[in-house]
Amino acid sequence: MKDGFLFASAFLASGVEMVEALTIVLAAGVTRGWRSALFGLGAAVVALTAIVAVLGPALTLIPIQALRLVVGALLLAFGLQWLRKAILRASGFVGLHDEDAIYARELEEARTAGHEMRAGMDWYGFTLAFKGVLLEGLEVAFIVITFGSAQGNIALAALAAGVALVLVTIVGVLVRAPLARVPENTLKYAVGVMLTTFGIFWSAEGAGADWPGGDAALPVVLAFVVVVSVAAVAVLRRRRVALSPA
Amino acid sequence: MRRLAAFGRFWWDFVVGDDWRAAAGILGSIGVTAALVALGWNAWWFLPAASAVVLWLSLLRAVRRRA
Repeated sequence: MKDGFLFASAFLASGVEMVEALTIVLAAGVTRGWRSALFGLGAAVVALTAIVAVLGPALTLIPIQALRLVVGALLLAFGLQWLRKAILRASGFVGLHDEDAIYARELEEARTAGHEMRAGMDWYGFTLAFKGVLLEGLEVAFIVITFGSAQGNIALAALAAGVALVLVTIVGVLVRAPLARVPENTLKYAVGVMLTTFGIFWSAEGAGADWPGGDAALPVVLAFVVVVSVAAVAVLRRRRVALSPA
Repeated sequence: MRRLAAFGRFWWDFVVGDDWRAAAGILGSIGVTAALVALGWNAWWFLPAASAVVLWLSLLRAVRRRA
């Protein structure tokens, strides 16, 4: 069961980040040429693979309880950030993430930037794709390494990220447009809930507590986080309505 | 030196984000859980409750800033 949660969490988190990376690569490819954009994408994927390949096995050398404490604390801090943003979006206090609007902004910036050719490539296009994929991908690498190492199954987390990469790439090549119809805000909410759930579960275990029922407590923690976040959305929605001018 | 500072800032933003109080609250809550366990309590219940409080306080701060 925990493996199922692990796969789903790594897949969803990776998918969401890859949809954002695809938007940047598309903007770089359309405006600056596909050669430099694809080289940038390839270089970033190599760098991210190297990070996971080096840090992943290194983390498995740390005793599991200490690892779960550190990883749980990091995931909980990181997950609460995602969840907080998702709740603020869902309650209307922050604008929804709009892939079409981001794509339009990236296109405009890429069109107006100057041209500099290095090694036969448009340097701006290369850098835009490289930085975009690397920064979005670092979150994926962070999730794969932390989830995988704390669960003792980095291969499964990496597989989930790989499946998401293949899926987003295939759809991106077919559509050749930002994947605006992917319910990104809902997915980000789901990822925030899962990161927070695993963060709570592993932090408590790492601090020495034993969950009643062991792994069977995980869905209960998940349900608790869902109830708390849905209640927060409901309360904040009412507050926003009360604050908005009549 | 500037690159080192940028690297540090990146990781700070990445993990802590724009509400350091929430991250500090989480660290404190994990510390309290460990302390309760050391005193002989199986304090699995503390962290979910504390996380909910930390999240709610962080949301209230964000909403106040925006309001």
